[in-house]
Amino acid sequence: MTTGYKLFLTVAVPCLFFATLLVVFWLASKTKARFQTPLARLIFLGPAAVLLFIGLVIPALQTFWKGFLNDDSTKWIGLKNYGWIFTTPDNRTFLINTLLWIIITPIFSTALGLTLALLLDRMKRESLPKSLIFMPMAISFVGASIIWNLVYSYKDPSVSPNQTGLLSAIMIRLGLSDPPNWILWQPWNNFLLMVIMIWIQTGFAMVVLSAAIKAIPTDVTEAAMLDGASGWSLFSKVTVPMIRGTLVVVLTTIAIGVLKVFDIVRTMTGGNFGTQVLANEMYAQSFVQFNYGRGSALAVVLFIAVVPLIVYNIVQLRKEQSIR
Amino acid sequence: MSVPVRRRTAAVVGGVAAALLLAACGSSSSSSGTSGSPAASNTDPACADYAAYGSHPGTTVSLFTSILPPEQQKYETAWKQFESCTGITVKYEGSNSFESQLPTRVAGGNAPDIALIPQPGLLAQMVKTGAVKAPPQAVSDNVDKYWNPQWKTYGTVNGTFYAAPNSANMKSFVWYSPSLFKAKGYTVPTTWDQLWTLSDKMAADGIKPWCGGVGSGTATGWLATDWLEETVLRQSGGDVYDKWISHDIKFDSPEITKAMDTLAGWMKNDKYVNAGIGNVASIATTTFQNGGKPILDSKCGMYQQASFYAAQWPSFKASVKIAADGDVFAFYLPSIDPSKKAVEGGGEFVAAFADRPEVQSFQTFLSSPLYADIKVKEGGWVSANNGVPLTDYTDDISKLSAQYLTDPNALFRFDASDLMPAAVGSGAEWTQLTAWFAENKPTKDVLDAIDAAWPSS
Repeated sequence: MTTGYKLFLTVAVPCLFFATLLVVFWLASKTKARFQTPLARLIFLGPAAVLLFIGLVIPALQTFWKGFLNDDSTKWIGLKNYGWIFTTPDNRTFLINTLLWIIITPIFSTALGLTLALLLDRMKRESLPKSLIFMPMAISFVGASIIWNLVYSYKDPSVSPNQTGLLSAIMIRLGLSDPPNWILWQPWNNFLLMVIMIWIQTGFAMVVLSAAIKAIPTDVTEAAMLDGASGWSLFSKVTVPMIRGTLVVVLTTIAIGVLKVFDIVRTMTGGNFGTQVLANEMYAQSFVQFNYGRGSALAVVLFIAVVPLIVYNIVQLRKEQSIR
Repeated sequence: MSVPVRRRTAAVVGGVAAALLLAACGSSSSSSGTSGSPAASNTDPACADYAAYGSHPGTTVSLFTSILPPEQQKYETAWKQFESCTGITVKYEGSNSFESQLPTRVAGGNAPDIALIPQPGLLAQMVKTGAVKAPPQAVSDNVDKYWNPQWKTYGTVNGTFYAAPNSANMKSFVWYSPSLFKAKGYTVPTTWDQLWTLSDKMAADGIKPWCGGVGSGTATGWLATDWLEETVLRQSGGDVYDKWISHDIKFDSPEITKAMDTLAGWMKNDKYVNAGIGNVASIATTTFQNGGKPILDSKCGMYQQASFYAAQWPSFKASVKIAADGDVFAFYLPSIDPSKKAVEGGGEFVAAFADRPEVQSFQTFLSSPLYADIKVKEGGWVSANNGVPLTDYTDDISKLSAQYLTDPNALFRFDASDLMPAAVGSGAEWTQLTAWFAENKPTKDVLDAIDAAWPSS
């Protein structure tokens, strides 16, 4: 392929695209008035619907179907893949871990985010600490994991007195002579991995909740204050109920993100040392062991688990919007 | 073992993105060489050696591999003369997610003409799809003539020969520091017993003899499978090893349990490991790349690792000298039975998804000593093709590897985990052996869990 041909393509293809659009619109404008509205809908929604169908609906159905087939999708094996997920003793690790992740990470991130939002609310120049706390959001999960891998890195103090790992170094300074090898420290290593996710998501929770708090009308808080509310009662009886919808949205959004978490586990432990989660097992089954049946079944489980959260999230968002 | 091949070139990921981008645009600018005027060049004296490969002017053969730059350039140089003599253009495409992309491409009817497959298991999987074409007789003859007969069986699926070996790596090596050995008066052990006498002596001198790391991202644990394989092959021989691969001998069998016990006295012995790094469990959290680093600091005596680990040393010390009188070198992990020289290896296989004449011509060339010799002279590459004179190797470690890989009397076997079903060889065996090191999971539980993961059908 020559450069001239490439240049021709870069110019010709967009031109052709717009020309087609023009012809379609021109033809549409020539139709009778009563066909115009349905035709306009078809023209605008049609391409998106077709692409969505090819890119999302068909693969989803395919995944669902493959969940009932064997490893190379050549034989129907019914519910065996699902049986394998829920009855293999070793799989209990990733089922329990995924549950722990879903419960702990959103609650801690949201609680921390809310606390920070409240603390920073009346600060001067709040944008500076806010942007610093929000910063981890800009780091990819893999990048964050590499950073935290160094924090948790372990060297036997009797072999080398100089520690690379920040956590070990701090613990030794505090007088703990023999810190554990953090990544192997079961079951607490799971929580050490969650810390990474919380570190990333707190900024998100803080920014969204802070905006919600600022949106509370001052007359409401002033009225409550006149009635004698202050401190904790003002917070628990006025602020929290007023931002309840936002709180739920933040919690569910983080929970959905957590269900997908596999980058952190993959980078930090590769799913070893009792830290496996559902999404990483799905990847390992599909693309390391090439068992597409099990991989697809795991994907379906993940999908079913995430649906109620998404529905709840959307319902809450709708409610929010209807209030405003 | 595919992983090290990928890992050792993983440093150059940027190139892949570019290659993919080019491939996506349907460009052929990543290919090397132009066809020139092939008809005329066939009379060129430099083309005399290439007469057997015929003339196929204007044709293109696509090659798909996990091998990335800078290795890519060396490959392209190796067949430049072939291209100009035959008129074939070889279109090289490398990807660091080769193993997951190849099945997708084959299923989508977009198979490459030739793929360099690092695991026999993946080759068998591809043959099952019916897309792999049997090579011409000349390839089969070359393999018969130039390789240890074992190699042909790894390129054979259900009795049909499909793929000739490309490069090879020697797994039965122990890396050590010649300068430390000299300073302490140690000699390189040549028998299994001497190895343990030396280990005990080092331990008594206050140097822990062994270091190691099995960390490798999602592939964590693969090095532990190599350690187990070396032990099984030495203790129980080739027959047990082959039956173990076909699961006629289970993991929970006396033979494998015995090998696990031996390995426990070696790499899980807290008098021996983990030199310069920490306790036994630290083997699970140390990457295989960093596992041998303490050898350079004279804090560790030995590290059992394959020949490709040679590429790792310069990252610790740029001026490192890899030689029998240098900073680091390797010796052969001795056999228990001296009459059977147990050698474990790995490598890639050349599989064809098309049988056009130009593809078969290139395939035949890749199985020839002519190609292997050009590639060997470029350095840092080993072939088990015994048509390459040992004197053509440019570095000591490649030469030593080739010496064992081409030995007709060696008890050669391929990496067992690469031959087992992926659910075991790339799954349960990795994770369970990792748990054996990290969590001190009981041997019996480890072996039972691996057996349970063996696919039933």
